[in-house]
Amino acid sequence: MSVAMQDTAIRTGRAVRVLIYLFLLLFALFYLLPLYVMLVNSVKPLSEITGGGMMALPEVWTIEPWLKAWSTAQIGVEPTGLKPYFWNSISMVVPAVAISTILGALNGYVLTKWRFRYDTILFGLMLFACFIPFQIVLIPMAAVLGFLGLAGTASGLVLVHVVYGIGFSTLYFRNYYAVFPTELVRAAQIDGASFFKIFWRILLPSSGPIAVVCIIWQFTNIWNDFLFGASFASGDGAPMTVALNNLVQSSTGVKEYNVHFAGAILAALPTLLVYIVAGRYFVRGLMAGSVKG
Amino acid sequence: MSARTEADFQTRLQNWLPKLVLSPSLAMVLIFVYGFILFTVYVSFTDSRILPFVNNDGQRTLELIGFSNYEKLFSLSHWEISLWNMATFAGLYIGICTCLGLGLAIFLDQKIRAEGALRTIYLYPMALSFIVTGTAWKWFLDPGIGLENVMQSWGWTSFEFDWIKNRDYAIYTVVLAAVWQTSGFVMAMFLAGLRGIDNEILKAAQMDGASNWNLYRRIIIPQLRPAFLSAFVILSHLAIKTFDLVIALTGGGPGRATELPATFMYSYTFSRNQMGIGASSAVIMLMTIAAIMIPYLYAELREKK
Repeated sequence: MSVAMQDTAIRTGRAVRVLIYLFLLLFALFYLLPLYVMLVNSVKPLSEITGGGMMALPEVWTIEPWLKAWSTAQIGVEPTGLKPYFWNSISMVVPAVAISTILGALNGYVLTKWRFRYDTILFGLMLFACFIPFQIVLIPMAAVLGFLGLAGTASGLVLVHVVYGIGFSTLYFRNYYAVFPTELVRAAQIDGASFFKIFWRILLPSSGPIAVVCIIWQFTNIWNDFLFGASFASGDGAPMTVALNNLVQSSTGVKEYNVHFAGAILAALPTLLVYIVAGRYFVRGLMAGSVKG
Repeated sequence: MSARTEADFQTRLQNWLPKLVLSPSLAMVLIFVYGFILFTVYVSFTDSRILPFVNNDGQRTLELIGFSNYEKLFSLSHWEISLWNMATFAGLYIGICTCLGLGLAIFLDQKIRAEGALRTIYLYPMALSFIVTGTAWKWFLDPGIGLENVMQSWGWTSFEFDWIKNRDYAIYTVVLAAVWQTSGFVMAMFLAGLRGIDNEILKAAQMDGASNWNLYRRIIIPQLRPAFLSAFVILSHLAIKTFDLVIALTGGGPGRATELPATFMYSYTFSRNQMGIGASSAVIMLMTIAAIMIPYLYAELREKK
């Protein structure tokens, strides 16, 4: 996905080009379809959906489903709406992203500029940790969180996400700092600059692009996490994804599809906004950091 | 004298500082990843049923019972079904995502107008939570209010589409939603690979009269090998971890038609009080992923050196 357009040597005839455009547009519709369904049905009364009008624009526009999803819908047993869970997610995501990014930057700095014996093995250990199926840590983690009295709390989830997030943040910063000129670091060392001073004055100022990549990645993953949230914080401390699932799966009363769709958009909004605002920088940063070769 | 020891201390500190800075993260990974893996392996050899590991009299319940959890696991039809579902799901998901991603990337690489906008549209599902994706598709595919109902209200009264409620077809709706979510990402990986191919070779081949079809078949696609490999590794890893999507889309049903190892592990551990069996299923999942990831990561790290 290199950003610069370049000349392809391939030449195509007019008829073929029309077919290509058709194909691309068709799939654009496929990717947009669920978003359209969610948006359009979140602003119409329930009767229009059940009456077979899922694909139609609303005849009567209403923001009632949004208000209901946000503040009065039944989540579990309480009619609190998604609002408190939205804030649960925020108060979990912000510290978890900040801590894992800072640790990742420091780790990347040490692993590339202060190399020591077996550092590649240590990095390999951290890297493999990114890819484990988290089912393998659920049982001991539940036991430890219970033991520490952190079960069901935002701090417990922050701990979990930091622990399982540093693998990726270290990966990003390590690959980025690997191509940063080591001579600059050595020169500063000879001038007597300390470990932290070199990091603070020399590496950090040029870390913008990879910090953006790392923050977006961590934010998306942690916000969208469901497994840890459902395992360790299913009650009042639940994150947004768990609350949305409870709302949609609740078996009592009439299924209010319009409220479900509004709730789904509310849960998607933060990551979608980040993607729309900063997606470009994400791609550019990935390229600059050359995560892969 | 004292100035010298102080300077000494300073250099010693500077030498130790990097390792000191790395150590908290390392300790966390060693304990919370590798220690926990060992612990789960241990639990999988015990008769534990629920947390905490004590019974009512305060006695530990971690009694070693050898391989019997694994024996039980593989005799459970529930587990067998989830393995077969995983095979169907992973095969289709990886295959379709790869073909679709490659196709979209090749077509998008033909100096398309509005390439940026299309790329954004193809990629945005990646930003969504699987719970959101699951919710959207769940109601869209629901025969009562979704596609079937819409088609019938448009006058096609014989139209039927009840896959999500049908034991034989429900797993394909999981494939559909999962492909929707990640194929754009695979497209991006292939597009990056395509943009990295040297145009001179292509131009030379063209001068020799090679057709577009042959250019792709003989020169371009073979050069995308690294992209194919990364796509395969990432997709198989995602497939094995698939959990939230099933929970939101079908809840594992109808019946057990869409149970996967991840949902099996969760229900045996947390709702059926069979933690030993849950742990053994998690160990099987880890071993499957490790068999794919370790050779790949090993090769990657060696290359970088």
